[in-house]
Amino acid sequence: MRSSLFRLRTLGAAGCVAALAAVAACSSGGTSTGSSGSSSNSGTVTVAVVSNPLITSQMIPLTSSSFQKQYPGIQVKFATYTEGDLRAAIQKDVSTHSNTFNVIMIGPYEAPLFAKNGWLTDLSAQYIAKDPSYGAGDLLPSIAKALSYKGDLYAVPFYGESSMLFYRKDLFRQAGLTMPAHPTWAQVQNFAARLNQPGKTSGICLRGLAGWGDNMAALDTVVNTFGGQWFDMNWKPQLTSPAFENATSFYVNLVRKYGEPGASNDSFNQLLTLYGQGKCAMWYDATVAATSIATTYPSVYAQTGYAFAPVNLTKSSGWLWTWALGIPQGTSNSGAAWKFVSWATSKQYDQLVAAKYGWSAVPPGTRTSLYDTPQYQQAAKAFAPITIASIDSTDPNHPTVNPVPYVGIQYVDIPQFESLGLTVAQQIAGAIAGTESVSQALQAGQSAASQYTPAQLSGG
Amino acid sequence: MTAVPLRALRAREPGSRRLREVSGKVGWTVLAWVVAIAFFLPVLWMVLTAFKPESAAETWPPRFTFSPTLAEFRLVFSGWGPYVTHSVIATIGSTILVLLLGVPAAYALSVHPVGRWRDGLFFFISTKMLPIVAAIGPLYVIALKTHLLDSIWVLIILYTAMNLPLAIWMIRSFMLEVPSELLEAAELDGAGRIREITGVILPVISPGLVSTALICVIFAWNELFLALNLTVTNAATMPMYLISSVPQEGLYIAHLSAAATVASVPVIIVGWIAQRSLVRGLAMGAIK
Repeated sequence: MRSSLFRLRTLGAAGCVAALAAVAACSSGGTSTGSSGSSSNSGTVTVAVVSNPLITSQMIPLTSSSFQKQYPGIQVKFATYTEGDLRAAIQKDVSTHSNTFNVIMIGPYEAPLFAKNGWLTDLSAQYIAKDPSYGAGDLLPSIAKALSYKGDLYAVPFYGESSMLFYRKDLFRQAGLTMPAHPTWAQVQNFAARLNQPGKTSGICLRGLAGWGDNMAALDTVVNTFGGQWFDMNWKPQLTSPAFENATSFYVNLVRKYGEPGASNDSFNQLLTLYGQGKCAMWYDATVAATSIATTYPSVYAQTGYAFAPVNLTKSSGWLWTWALGIPQGTSNSGAAWKFVSWATSKQYDQLVAAKYGWSAVPPGTRTSLYDTPQYQQAAKAFAPITIASIDSTDPNHPTVNPVPYVGIQYVDIPQFESLGLTVAQQIAGAIAGTESVSQALQAGQSAASQYTPAQLSGG
Repeated sequence: MTAVPLRALRAREPGSRRLREVSGKVGWTVLAWVVAIAFFLPVLWMVLTAFKPESAAETWPPRFTFSPTLAEFRLVFSGWGPYVTHSVIATIGSTILVLLLGVPAAYALSVHPVGRWRDGLFFFISTKMLPIVAAIGPLYVIALKTHLLDSIWVLIILYTAMNLPLAIWMIRSFMLEVPSELLEAAELDGAGRIREITGVILPVISPGLVSTALICVIFAWNELFLALNLTVTNAATMPMYLISSVPQEGLYIAHLSAAATVASVPVIIVGWIAQRSLVRGLAMGAIK
């Protein structure tokens, strides 16, 4: 009985192994990594992208209507994610060398870190040097620099942004106020106090949602221009320094006194809705919001004025971000992947978008030539000059008053920042919601930052 | 203390009891309606929002009058093709496997229990006690090494594993409901194990099987975590389409509502078709 039972179990186990092997064999051809074609004009290209109207409403339809007609042998598949899911999926893919993706959408936070780890293809050496028609010299210098490692580009920009202040010209006129082109935060606070009408219009709308790309993006620019910094030159955390605390208290008080109700739940999308519905006299956010206001809320767009990111001790304070395309190291079909990357970030792509969606819808902030195009100058005359001037004025190597050991304006370009930034962001959201004081929030942030040694933080 | 004549009390009792019964019934009815409306309102709001233009989707105070548009549905139908196909394959495939494996397993744990059946039963359910997030790292590596990453097979296998313990417990409870006289009669007629299952047990527990299958369908259809971590494009499912509708910079409430409405329809249809069996099946298990 025992031996027959043993035989039965052995047979069952063998059957399971055989079934798994068969399933594995059946499925191996189904993955994109196994797709054939070493020629640059054929093969499957799987692209991981962030969910963004410039991508879902423009890039994806144009890929099937234009790129795949131009290169019928290349099949492009898109995997669209929210920002957090995209980061997790890409990190997992490149760090395990799964090579599920042939093209990944990353930002200036990831590009130098991934390049340092050997996870990305050196685009300058592999492709751009051999393809002068790509026109890499036309890329905006600050954006190109943010995506480079040791002078070589490891990702090329699809669109770029800084931050600026949007304001309602009609409300300013009615209140007899004038917004300067380069306002200070003190002036902005004064305007917010004058224009704030509780229950009707908030004096200013600011990000409060916890996230290093959400509330911390806006707050970091305030911290920088108040002279604060995340770490000193010895990588000692500075979150409880007077400058950091002053800046954070200023931001939290501003949003609590004159900001939108429930600000700790708000980031770009919620603020776009509030501003578009006329519930914000001012809004400090990404320059790309100008395109969203123009396309979604035309009547408010007609009354919108633009000013540079407010400052305190520095000359400029806008952040710098770009969503860019890179090719993971060792991926299959890398030639076809570059064909797609170079097409989606080319001058010709801008022409395609303009022809189908209009010049004001062209992805901004990547190429100088776009800002020299008369049609674009005309279509985006209200916000194009300030967008490019804001991007040009950024310097991620010198984000604040004093020298810092890190790179990054609204982030610190170290692997630990993904977790540390979120921890501090949650504390700040708590301070904005009123569940804790600013000093308690920063003390908790300081403790979180102090868990890392200077050697860990510096990568030494 | 005042003495109340017993006769007088008896005379009053039927009226006051009836009053209590009526008011109790009304109370329960009102409570049931309040709970039902509380559950239904968000769904109604989702469907209404799906017909709004994006700029009118999120307003305060909420807007009930608007010019309806099908623009967001058109957008959903232009992009949902591969996602819904993968969802259907993974859901149906895994549910069939669950039933094929669950019925014999439940039989061996109920009608003719194997040795240490109680341990087996608790082992099955104990697999549900481990948070799936704790297993995702090893699962990812296994899927990578067996070339199952981004394949529909990985979802079919994992959804089967995910639903099997629950199905075994449910089917077992239905099998325990089968009258022993029926089974004895079948044995006397010379029916073997297979015949006993197919000829006697399955017809009796078919409403229970339908409700088990429906629950497996719902769980597999709505599953996001495994799909998000183990698939990319070749097996991406409807819940992944839903979350890809949330942009990082842009409005999305109307589009997300349209996508969520569309994603809910198949489950509602299956539930509606199986409604009678579902109620009978669930009541069957509940008695035990």
